[in-house]
Amino acid sequence: MEHKRITLFAGHYGSGKTNVAVNYALHLKDAFEKVSVADLDIVNPYFRTKDSEAFLESKGIHLISSEYANSNVDVPSLPAEAYAIIDDESVHAVIDVGGDDRGALALGRYAPSILKQNDYEMLLVINKFRPLTPDCASTVAVMHEIETAAGMKFTGIINNSNLGDETTADDVLGSVAYAQAISEASGLPIKMTTVKEDLYESVKDKVSDCFPIRLYVRQSWAKQEENLWQK
Amino acid sequence: MAEKVLMKGNEALAEAAIMAGCRHYFGYPITPQTEIAAYMAKRMPVIGGTFLQAESEVAAINMIYGAAAAGKRAMTSSSSPGIALKSEGISYLAGSDLPALIINVQRGGPGLGGIQPSQSDYFQATKSAGHGDFHLIVLAPASVQEMVDLTFKGFDLADKYRMPTMLLSDGTMGQMMEPVSLDMGEVKEYDKSSWAACGTKCEREHNVVNSLFIQPDELERYNFERFERYAQIEANEVMYDEYRMEDAEICLVAYGVAARVSQNAIDKARENGIKVGMIRPITLWPFPKAVLNAAADKVKSFVCVELSMGQMIEDIELAIRCKKPVLLCNRTGGMIPTTADVLSKIEEANNIGGDK
Repeated sequence: MEHKRITLFAGHYGSGKTNVAVNYALHLKDAFEKVSVADLDIVNPYFRTKDSEAFLESKGIHLISSEYANSNVDVPSLPAEAYAIIDDESVHAVIDVGGDDRGALALGRYAPSILKQNDYEMLLVINKFRPLTPDCASTVAVMHEIETAAGMKFTGIINNSNLGDETTADDVLGSVAYAQAISEASGLPIKMTTVKEDLYESVKDKVSDCFPIRLYVRQSWAKQEENLWQK
Repeated sequence: MAEKVLMKGNEALAEAAIMAGCRHYFGYPITPQTEIAAYMAKRMPVIGGTFLQAESEVAAINMIYGAAAAGKRAMTSSSSPGIALKSEGISYLAGSDLPALIINVQRGGPGLGGIQPSQSDYFQATKSAGHGDFHLIVLAPASVQEMVDLTFKGFDLADKYRMPTMLLSDGTMGQMMEPVSLDMGEVKEYDKSSWAACGTKCEREHNVVNSLFIQPDELERYNFERFERYAQIEANEVMYDEYRMEDAEICLVAYGVAARVSQNAIDKARENGIKVGMIRPITLWPFPKAVLNAAADKVKSFVCVELSMGQMIEDIELAIRCKKPVLLCNRTGGMIPTTADVLSKIEEANNIGGDK
């Protein structure tokens, strides 16, 4: 898999951008010394990258997020430090963008310098089990709205079709045609199809560029148990 | 749609409202329920419904009054401080016998409080949703699937009894994502022609929707009649869920997100040999008094788990006529009790000894 210096994850609200971004950052850390994740989500009040901060830092991955993330106020501010990772060419940056065009608006202020450096990948995260993007036409429409708001074009697709803990191998296999249709309609390559770790063995030979992921973004009452198995 | 989809609680309830025939949504944004308005703003224009962001919560609830008076299924949603602003209008709905669904995705309070989840509007929802003698039917979902099912049910109960119904949710239920089925079956239609102000076509007398009564005895009569209906609801519409209660010596009582934490704690306590179960109210009004009172004759103690300073605990004590001790396990201000918090309270309840 080829890695650009800056990888942005954007897509429809609830498509799984944050969880994919956390998994991708861990994957990058295997190959590169300095990896940072920037949480630019100005839409979501709960279930943010901030939830995984201690875990990411324990893996040597620096998290940059709004000082108000997970606090008791809903202030959609952006972290000043985000500029640093965009300009610091020694860092591999993973950028978690908020959902839909509303979330992607935050990218506008960073787009000129990202485009100027021209060493980035902007990935469209898709999930066919989200009811407002169940097919090619609706997903491509959301894609265009995000590109307009962000002032940037996507360069690839991440098929993250899932039903959370209830996802089956058939769900993943059944989503491939959906991702291919979007790929054909948009002209974007499918960079990877994500699959829960426990399903990886059963689908890896049937889906190209299969990427095993863990569910790090969890409900609060499940966190304690999750923290146990993370260690 | 038989296949499951992955939805946020807020989105799922919005879609369930649409499937229940709601074509009129009026609201005002507030975290953590804004996804409901955002979803309605996207969907309503596509299906020929009306989404309107009102200039305030007060305006929104009065728009609900208008739509409900015309016989339409109408819904508004807000979070704690916003519900307080709607309370005058909620009382007017009750006083005019109008069906409507009101969603409260609770956040921490009092005052502006904070955006994290809470259950501290229990008193407000079940005892004092506005001025005057009235009740709301109050439904408490504990999963995204129940956000769907109880929204659908809430519209039906509102129409069936001609009264406002509240879905009392919390920020966690609103924000979390779970797979759901949106297969809910037929929408039951109710004949509203005897009271709805939907046009006489010069063929009948005017229907008047009103909560003002000039003569006090007339107002009293309406109140008496309304409370006869409430008695029917208390007799027929109580909903609750029991979890591992067969041989339980300790009974947890929790709703919404607190019930999810409690369920994990019960499983852990059972591994340690403590016989504990849960009665989870699904209707907070009518409150499942009878089943709790019956349980009080079998268990040695109760533990109330809630995200407030202790509100539902009073209804439990009343329901069981104070026959057994009721311990409180609580966090507030936007904090959620951990499984460990609940476990340690279960152990405390287990040590109370046996006047069983």
